[in-house]
Amino acid sequence: MSDPVSRLKEKFPNDILSTVEFRGETTLSVKLESLVEICRFCRDELGFDYLVDISSIDHFGSYPRFEMVYELCVLSAGRHLRLKALLPDDVNPVAPSVVSLWPTADWHEREVYDMMGIRFDGHPDLRRILMWEGYPYHPLRKDFPLAGKPSEVPNVAFSEPAPLAGGPFVTVPTDGTTQVREPRARRAGDLPPREKFLTEP
Amino acid sequence: MSLTNPVAYDSKVEGNVIFTRVDAAINWMRGNSLWPMPMGLACCAIELMAASSSRFDISRFGAEVMRFSPRQSDVMIVAGTVTYKMAYAVKRIWDQMPEPKWCIAMGACASSGGMYRSYAVLQGIDNLIPVDVYISGCPPRPEALLDGLMRLQHKIMGEHALADQKKALAETL
Repeated sequence: MSDPVSRLKEKFPNDILSTVEFRGETTLSVKLESLVEICRFCRDELGFDYLVDISSIDHFGSYPRFEMVYELCVLSAGRHLRLKALLPDDVNPVAPSVVSLWPTADWHEREVYDMMGIRFDGHPDLRRILMWEGYPYHPLRKDFPLAGKPSEVPNVAFSEPAPLAGGPFVTVPTDGTTQVREPRARRAGDLPPREKFLTEP
Repeated sequence: MSLTNPVAYDSKVEGNVIFTRVDAAINWMRGNSLWPMPMGLACCAIELMAASSSRFDISRFGAEVMRFSPRQSDVMIVAGTVTYKMAYAVKRIWDQMPEPKWCIAMGACASSGGMYRSYAVLQGIDNLIPVDVYISGCPPRPEALLDGLMRLQHKIMGEHALADQKKALAETL
C-alpha cells in the first residue's frame, strides 16, 4: 500500500491545506467541509479502523478560535494520522459529527461539547458527559478561570470558585530554576524572587 | 438450715448488676455499634475497604456492618473527592439517614477539597453536611481511619442525648 498522505493528496487535492511532519507524526490540516469525506476515505480505503481520540484547541485571541483534532490509527500496522480542521464560527462553533464512521466518536464528541462548547452536527445524543446538565460554562475554554465560576441549578448541582491562594496550580512565569517555579516554594500571593536560586546549588 | 431474707444484699446478684446513667449506657451502645454508610468516592475508599478487611479489622471497634442503605446507617464515612456533580447526591443520602447520625470526612479531599482546587470539586463536604471527625491524609492509612473512628466514639461518649431530649420536651410543653 502506498503512502496514505500521498493517496489523500491525490484524492482530495483542494481540501488538504497543509502537511506537517514532526518526529514521525503526520498532521494534516483539512477543510472542515470535507472533513467527514476525508475521514470516510481514511477508514474505508486507507484502513484507519480505530479513532483514538477527538480533541479540540482553543486559539483564544486569534481567528479562527476553535480547531478540531482527530487522531486516527491503523490497528494492524500501528500507523497514526492526525487530522486538524479549523472552525469558522467563533460564537457558535459547529463541527460535523463522525459518529456514523466510528461509534466511539459519540463520547469523544460529547466530551468536546461539554468542555469546549463545540456542537456537533448529526450527533445522535449530544449531552454533557462530565459536567451536569444545566451547567452554563465550558471549562476548557481559555477564558474560563482556573478557579471556576459560581453557578446554581436547583436540586441538581451548584458550583463556587475554588480558593487558589497562589498555588499549587498557579504557575508564575519566571526564568528561574525549578526551585523558583515550584509553587510550594512561596507563600500564597507571593511573587517568586527572581535572583534567588537562579543557579542550581 | 438458716433462712435469711435478702433485703439489701444478694451474693447471687452481685456482679450482674451495674448502676449507671441511661445516657452513658445509650452512648456506650451507640458508640460500639456504629454502622457506617460507606460513601466511597475515590481512592480513600480503597483504604476504607482495607480497614474493613481482616488485616486492620474495623469490626474490633464495632463498625464492621457497612450498610449500603442510608436508612440503616449511623455514621457516613465520606471517603474521597466530592465533585459538585456528586455533592447533592451525598447530601440526599445523608438526609435519608435516621438520627442520631454522625459524619467522618476521610482524607484531604472530603475535608477541604484536597489538591483539587478546581472548578469541579466541592471544597470540603462540610459545606453541605455537618462533619464530626476530619481525618488527614491522602489517602489516610487504615490506622488513621480507626483512630478517627475511636475519636468519634469518644465524642459520642460525651453526648447527653436523653438529657437534651428531656430539655427539648420540657420546652415544647
